[in-house]
Amino acid sequence: MVNYFNREIETAPLKKIEEIQLERLKNILRYVNEKIPFYQKLFKENNLNVEKLNSLDELKNLPFTTKSVLRDNYPFNLFAIPLSEVVEIHASSGTTGKLTVVGYTKNDIKLWSEVMARSLVCAGVGKDDIIQNAYGYGLFTGGLGVHYGALEIGATVIPISAGGTKRQLMIMQDFKSTVLTCTPSYSLYMAEEAKDMGIDPRKTTIRIGILGAEPWSEGMRKQIEKEWNMLALDIYGLSEIIGPGVAMECEGKNGLHVWADHFLPEVINPETGEVLEEGKEGELVLTTLTKEALPLIRYRTGDIVTMTKEECPYCKRTMPRISKIKGRIDDMLIIRGVNVFPSQIETVLMKIPEVAPHYQLVVTREKHLDKLEVRVEVTEETFSDEVKKLEELEKKVMDEIESTLGLSVEVKLVEPKSIERSMGKAKRVIDMRKI
Amino acid sequence: MAVTQLSIFIENKPGRLEEVVSILGKNGINIRALSLADTKDYGVLRIIVDKKDDAVKVLKENGISVIKTSVIAAEVEDTPGGLAGILDFFAEKGINVEYMYAFVEKTGNKAIVVFRVENIKEGENLLKEKGIKVFTDEEIKSL
Repeated sequence: MVNYFNREIETAPLKKIEEIQLERLKNILRYVNEKIPFYQKLFKENNLNVEKLNSLDELKNLPFTTKSVLRDNYPFNLFAIPLSEVVEIHASSGTTGKLTVVGYTKNDIKLWSEVMARSLVCAGVGKDDIIQNAYGYGLFTGGLGVHYGALEIGATVIPISAGGTKRQLMIMQDFKSTVLTCTPSYSLYMAEEAKDMGIDPRKTTIRIGILGAEPWSEGMRKQIEKEWNMLALDIYGLSEIIGPGVAMECEGKNGLHVWADHFLPEVINPETGEVLEEGKEGELVLTTLTKEALPLIRYRTGDIVTMTKEECPYCKRTMPRISKIKGRIDDMLIIRGVNVFPSQIETVLMKIPEVAPHYQLVVTREKHLDKLEVRVEVTEETFSDEVKKLEELEKKVMDEIESTLGLSVEVKLVEPKSIERSMGKAKRVIDMRKI
Repeated sequence: MAVTQLSIFIENKPGRLEEVVSILGKNGINIRALSLADTKDYGVLRIIVDKKDDAVKVLKENGISVIKTSVIAAEVEDTPGGLAGILDFFAEKGINVEYMYAFVEKTGNKAIVVFRVENIKEGENLLKEKGIKVFTDEEIKSL
């Protein structure tokens, strides 16, 4: 049975959603133009009278906001309200050192609770569930975001946070947790640890996994569902927009429903900035329509998706749906001119049962030529003591990658469990190129 | 019947082989025979030890993956042509030897050679028919 947290809006006709979006867009543009000097200046410099905007289509004429804007206004200069109105602050570690700081008013926290509640119910979670929340609590938005949603729907939440795998597994068994929330890579790590401890993850009471914070493939989903005997669903969010709860898959697994009455999605060509037509692959851009502390206009997420506005055939939600994240603009590797997303290589590896789902990509440059080394673990079950068979396995991985990506790579088999497991986002790429 | 060999996947990094064998040494496990098949990036260490179950346990405790494989340990005349004689028997029957290596110890004037063939039972029966002594795990232990 399909359940909704806020049925009226989640299944409203698209036209109705667009009406709400336009109304809210007008308001938020007026709001940021009044309250945030950065936007005031930006609109002025571009000769834009944002108060004149009268259709959603005109949004494409507005400039983008990038992550660097948040860093440049570190820590609080982009906030629209005085700090006394801010009730919570989060931050994410930037790849370049400085933190990206985000703030929430009381109403923002209510909004976050609402969209996370919609997300949890969309995944099939209800009041009777026991949510083992293994996203990190703290400055990272994952832990508290799920927490607020769980409170909103009245489920039982175990705020265990990330890490401490043995304790996670003990609590899971003793408290009979039914929902696991964490990164997809951590869920696999946990399953592996469980087996080492003599626990069959398939026999635990976990029935749903709400997994996110890093891109993962359909192949990885199959693997996780097999290891855990659970429904593994993808949740999307980013702290700049609100945290987890921007979009969520339903049991139909045909895209993530964007809560578009609060977060207006566009898909653009990352090179030209032009808005792409429905179904075309590009960078996801989001505008917050109702946030108070840190509203963002046309924020470039760096995430590659496709989007559709068709009603979901499974749950009948009418909110636009984005695909699973196909990669990041910024972890896109260019190897000898070929664009490579680590998720593509993951998809290939998942099709090869002899290798473990843990891998690492090492990029080096030798004599001006890029070299991509794919390190994969041999599994204990399939490790052969015959070198011939191991070499065949290496060749198989190499050929599969080459035929899928059109790129020749070097495959290096490494010892089981030798690739560093991560409690949070897995470190998949080591780029040692000096460019 | 056959003898149990332990196979360990080892990455080619300085000190790794030493780490593995010293774990065995520290735990009082004696290596009776060994071979190392190597490639550019990794090797497969194959060993026959006196206490195989203890060996598997301590290796696993140290996070080293190890699998058990059955091999044939046969007595070979330590004279010119001794080995060739056995290989001849295999060749006649069309049994392919995947790899082989020799024991450190000798029994009298005879050497012990380890053979890995596809069908261990077939290989073993053949050698027995030909009157060649093949060893069991128990016998290896008490060598």
